[in-house]
Amino acid sequence: MAENTPAGSTTDGAIQVGGAPQPIDARVSAPASYDVADFPVPHGREEEWRFTPLERLRGLHDGTAEAKGGLRIDVDAPEGVTVETVDRQDPRLGRAGKPVDRVAAQAYSAFEKASVISVPKDTVLTEPVRIGVHGEGGVAFAHQVIELGAFAEALVVIDHTGDATLAANVEFVVGDGAKLTVVSVQDWDDEAVHVAQHTALVGRDASFKSVIVTFGGDLVRLQPRITYAGPGGEAELYGLYFTDDGQHQEHRLFVDHDAPHCRSNVVYKGALQGQGAHAVWIGDVLIRAAAEGTDTYELNRNLVLTDGARVDSVPNLEIETGEIVGAGHASATGRFDDEQLFYLMARGIPADEARRLVVRGFFAELVQQIGIPDVEERLLTKIEAELEASVG
Amino acid sequence: MATLEIHDLHVSVEADNGPQEILRGVNLTVKQGETHAIMGPNGSGKSTLAYSLAGHPKYTVTGGTVTLDGENVLEMSVDERARAGVFLAMQYPVEVPGVSVSNFLRTSATAIRGEAPKLRLWVKEVKAAMERLSIDPVFAERNVNEGFSGGEKKRHEILQLELLRPKIAVLDETDSGLDVDALRVVSDGVNRVRESGEVGTLLITHYTRILRYIKPDFVHVFAHGRIAESGGAELADKLENEGYEAYVKGGATS
Ligand SMILES: Nc1ncnc2c1ncn2[C@@H]1O[C@H](COP(=O)(O)OP(=O)(O)O)[C@@H](O)[C@H]1O
Ligand SMILES: [Mg+2]
Repeated sequence: MAENTPAGSTTDGAIQVGGAPQPIDARVSAPASYDVADFPVPHGREEEWRFTPLERLRGLHDGTAEAKGGLRIDVDAPEGVTVETVDRQDPRLGRAGKPVDRVAAQAYSAFEKASVISVPKDTVLTEPVRIGVHGEGGVAFAHQVIELGAFAEALVVIDHTGDATLAANVEFVVGDGAKLTVVSVQDWDDEAVHVAQHTALVGRDASFKSVIVTFGGDLVRLQPRITYAGPGGEAELYGLYFTDDGQHQEHRLFVDHDAPHCRSNVVYKGALQGQGAHAVWIGDVLIRAAAEGTDTYELNRNLVLTDGARVDSVPNLEIETGEIVGAGHASATGRFDDEQLFYLMARGIPADEARRLVVRGFFAELVQQIGIPDVEERLLTKIEAELEASVG
Repeated sequence: MATLEIHDLHVSVEADNGPQEILRGVNLTVKQGETHAIMGPNGSGKSTLAYSLAGHPKYTVTGGTVTLDGENVLEMSVDERARAGVFLAMQYPVEVPGVSVSNFLRTSATAIRGEAPKLRLWVKEVKAAMERLSIDPVFAERNVNEGFSGGEKKRHEILQLELLRPKIAVLDETDSGLDVDALRVVSDGVNRVRESGEVGTLLITHYTRILRYIKPDFVHVFAHGRIAESGGAELADKLENEGYEAYVKGGATS
């Protein structure tokens, strides 16, 4: 694709091999913790907050947000799956990893009940587990754990709709040899604020596939994080976002290669249009000294459809061992410009159809790669609808 | 019979120091079945004419008229002009990432023909047209113009010409940058379309070389934003021998 970078975009990034001045895990303002009090209130210049408009977080970051809102969680699970609502003290909570920033810790400190969804060992689901998270306005804190026993296989679809100011942690504990695919769709109303940490602990020889689809909301900030509990694990992280007028959509990924012979593949693609549309993508991959035989690649591509949109795309790859299979990253932001529009129109194609053609083409490969037919269908429909609403 | 009439066309572009007039009263009538060569030195305004006919937003028409069978072309949007039958093979075709040639061709043919071509026939039609232009079938799955060589881009333009069958084809320096083999392939493509008798061709070129393969009915010398002289094919021979010198000097003060 065209590598022309629109005004107001950054695509810096780095590959650091050994002895980096500021290792990825040290670039945060406080160590990970379950307790919100361990994090200072961010002022906006911290590395992990510098792209986020704090004033639009409605107090999720500074302790002023009170959980007075309504959030409905509906779980529709096939037979064999256990769905429980548990208290804060439940020992199954917090195993995938600690909150890494103040809002995640706030969510962890403030939620009242958590959902634990378990797929027992060796159980292979043929139907997806569907989780509907529907905001009914106001502030909410949530916690969910999705756990697969050894060699279990499941597809979990989480749908976020309605209006909410939601801070949440979602944990994925993937047992040895298990296969979990999670699709998280952020289809919020225009006003919603959604800040969440998705923490996955990938078992030995297990596979974890995450598909993050962000369309709606005023501000969405998601942090998918991967750690490996043993060798041979695999993580595929896919993301697709469509950022419109005034929306802030931020995806911050961290893959912590701390076990040998694990793989990770990250592909995020976003289209932006309209005044003040802002997409942020941070891809941090750390290959620790113990992680021999690691194979990792991460890619972020953005398509800017109109003036006034901004992209910040920052891949970071840090390598502490030379004994790896492969490691790479790429980031590119291209523009759908007037010349492309003219060319297509000069072949009889109306402007809105020309734009659709380009956007569909841009996402097509990724949608295919996701490889879940009913999700594919939905994504394409959703992309059409976004284009319809904005171009129409 | 389709007729394109350009009357006293004046066109400006926005330059650093305000609008700059590039076309200064172009008069030209192109009828279906005719081939007009427009020849002129670099910077004389040939591409400006081509883009203005296609409706590129960068060019502002400040005076004159363009009609196709009496319809006001200047009032049409870019896509409407294309659907009305005006085709522009561009001097510098644009890369369109994410859109495959096959998808592009089909979308475009659907728009121009007013209905989606029947899939089976369409596939055959495209395949045959690509073969005639020596375009490797793998190009169908490549993104439009992305990573194409200069010659491949030009062949891709002529492929579209063959598939879209316009009433008026404007070919802007389709010959530039082509080696002799590619020039022959491209010219054969243009001639196939011309032989149908259904297209009026405006062949814009800097060199006389292509006129050995595509015989024009009329030759116009373009200088300083207008047609300085018109004649038959023999005018091209004169240009071949004498160059544009006379026209460049002649117009310098106008
Ligand atoms: N966008 C533009 N801004 C300023 N000048 C332009 C622009 N486009 C064309 N021109 C000028 O108009 C004149 C004609 O250009 P063009 O139509 O491309 O000529 P040709 O195709 O005959 O070489 C040139 O002097 C060129 O510099
Ligand atoms: Mg030119």
